[in-house]
Formats: sequence, C-alpha cells, structure tokens
Amino acid sequence: MIPAKFDYLAPTTVEEALAALAEHGDDAKIIAGGQSLLPVLRMRLNAPEMIIDLGRIESLRGVTEDGDALVIGAMTTHTDVGKNALVAEHAAVITKAIEHLADAQVRHRGTFGGALAHADPAGDLGAPVLALDAEFVITGSGGERRVSASDFFEDFMTTAIGDDEILTAVRIPKHTGWGGHYEKFVRVAHQWPIVAVAATVRAEGGTIAEARIGLTNMGSTPLRATAVEQALVGQPATDEAVRRAAESAAEGTNPPSDLNGDADYRRHLATVLTRRAVLAAAGA
Amino acid sequence: MTRIEVTVDGAKVSDDVEPRMLLVQYLREKLGKTGTVIGCDTSNCGACTVHLDGRSVKSCNVLAVQADGHEVTTIEGLATNGELHPMQAAFHECHALQCGFCTPGMIMQSIDLLNDNPKPDEKQIREGIEGNLCRCTGYHNIVRAVQTASGQEVGK
Repeated sequence: MIPAKFDYLAPTTVEEALAALAEHGDDAKIIAGGQSLLPVLRMRLNAPEMIIDLGRIESLRGVTEDGDALVIGAMTTHTDVGKNALVAEHAAVITKAIEHLADAQVRHRGTFGGALAHADPAGDLGAPVLALDAEFVITGSGGERRVSASDFFEDFMTTAIGDDEILTAVRIPKHTGWGGHYEKFVRVAHQWPIVAVAATVRAEGGTIAEARIGLTNMGSTPLRATAVEQALVGQPATDEAVRRAAESAAEGTNPPSDLNGDADYRRHLATVLTRRAVLAAAGA
Repeated sequence: MTRIEVTVDGAKVSDDVEPRMLLVQYLREKLGKTGTVIGCDTSNCGACTVHLDGRSVKSCNVLAVQADGHEVTTIEGLATNGELHPMQAAFHECHALQCGFCTPGMIMQSIDLLNDNPKPDEKQIREGIEGNLCRCTGYHNIVRAVQTASGQEVGK
C-alpha cells in the first residue's frame, strides 16, 4: 500500500514550518515521527496534498529543566524520553508508560509530541501527562501559548492545536519523589491498550498523601479519575484500602464497546487496573 | 521528485524519488536490496526492519525522503568479507527459522536489542522482539539464537 501523491517540505526551523503551514493551510499535514500518520496515508484514510516534516528541526528535540518543570521537546523520540534520567526522576509514570508503548522500532521513530497531537484515546501518553497536570506549548505566528492538559484533549483525535499552529513542547511539573506506574491491559503483544491506567502517588511512610490518576481508552479523550484521587488521600497503601478507593475509577467515564470488550467490561477493567497501578506507584 | 542522498550498507547513493516512496520500496525497487522484505504492509509485522542511524525502524513506516542525509543498514550489509554477522551465524546455528520470511527483520531487531542490552534474559528477548511477528510461530529457536549471539547459555 502506497500513499497518494503529495508534495513534501522539510523545514529546519519552527518559523519556516509555520510559514509553510500558513501557505498551504488545509491541504497540509504535519509529520513528526510518522508512526501513526504513515499507516493512515498508506491506507488512504487521508490524502493531504502537502506533508510538512518536522524531523529536521533540531530545536524540537531533547529534555530540559526549567525551574519546577521538565520541558520535553515535541520531536523527542519515545526511546529518548524513556531513557531520560530527568524524566525517570521527576515524572516516573511517563518512563513506565513508555516501557510498553508500541514496540522498539516504533519507539525509536515515534515522538512524544506527535503521539500526543495525534490524540488517539487509546494512545499511551495522554493519561500520564493528564495525571501530571502537563502544559502543552503551542506555537503559532503570534508566538507561544500554553494550554493545560485538561483543555488540550478536546474530543476523539481532536486537540486545542489550531490549524496554523504546531505543538512544540510539553511542560511537565516535576513530581519529584512521587512513585509512578502505568498498568496496561492488552491481549496480544504491542496492541493498543484495551484499557490502561496511569497512576502517580506521593506516599509518606505507608500512607498515600496525594494521588493523580489518568485513564486510557475510557472515553473519547484521556480522563482523570478524580473520585479515586480524592478517596485515596490519607489512606494506607494496602490492597484493601486501595481496592475500596478504586471502585469509583469508572465514574463519569464513557468507554467504547468493540471486539476487545464492551463498555461494562472496560469499566470493570478500570477498577482492577487502577488498584494495581496505585499499589505499584505507592511501592506497596 | 525530491533528491536524496543516503548511505546504504556503507555505500553512498543518490536518487530522485517521489516524496511518497517508502524507504522499503526505495531499498528494494531502486537499489535492488530485496533482502529486506515486505510482510504486512501495515507496520505490524517488523519483517522490513532495518537500522536508521544505528537504530531499528520499520522501513515500511519511514519515507525515503526522511532518510535523506542518514545512514541505513539492511540485512545485506551485516556480513563482512564473507563472514556472517554473529547474529546471522547464531540464527543459522540454532535453526531459528521455519519459512524464513520474518528472518531479516528478526535479525535486525535482535541486533538492536543486544546493542541496547547485551545480556537480555529470556523475557527481555521476547519483549525486545515483540514488534516482529513469526507467522510460523517459531519463536522458540529465535530466542535461543539471541541467547547464543549474546554469549549466554541456552536453556535446553
């Protein structure tokens, strides 16, 4: 399967990329690592006339510190984020999510920003960044603006990025000393998660002081399990207490029904995976 | 058409290609490197795995234009002076194939795995090659081959 014909530009700066986007408008599509877009093009589910490749913009790669935040360049590959020591120290749940994201070849090529901009609700990065209260740095001709993770994901594969804008970085508030875990349920290797849960927990002694929980594939966007987060505060990190808190994990969700399982099955999975993720994140 | 310059298996090549041309097409159809095969055409099976700047990628999921200025190694570039690469030799020795169609991709991914983790245990090997499907389900001997190539004892 070969994509339909398109023209191709490979700018070397964000400014050039924005200019190309402004010129070609609706006819253009941005390619980051291409691990989601190229299958779409090959299956002819989309046929843009112009592809703008961000792969030659070196300034979009890498992880840096900016005070209380980590700044992950949008074109940093999953492999490079997964191996980054700063991410492991300050945002452990991301490191855990990347361990089992797709497969090695896709992680070498796919990018942090590309996957988030694609905004597939079954994608593995939405729930962790939502749990970490990330901010998305979106750049347009007028400069940068920041959008909270809760406002970034608008609907199924739809984000707050405007037609003439580019996601350039993701800012992650440091969660230093917080444990993290990503519990993913799949039937076969390198499958998209049927349901997954991202948990990051600050434990004091054996007690949960704070918890943040993101849900993958439980609705048209990544979702927070706020009822569980509240119920966990002050609880001991024991199987029994966490099980009780996790019972409300599916509250307010709207999971899909498909060949992998119906909505009720996913609601049940969410409670089980939340318990496992929280206990692992709390080091229990 | 877009002009690209790529180093493939140590040789510099330059061609005008359509932007939509996939790297695997370029390798097979322009350069005749048919050792890299197309398995699924959906980027699931990993049969077309090559190394791009030393890291494994599925060459059906990279555009040839994206490889411009970069270095590609295929299964055909592994042997030196007629000597098989140790991973190729291990696949041969352990008979790590049945029909052989997944073998080029399996070998390329297994080399990438050992570059990253020189002494993987069995679970790490199985997870490390999870992006490569063997339609014959002949994984057992593939895992043995990777253990052998990494200089580890092979479980009987």
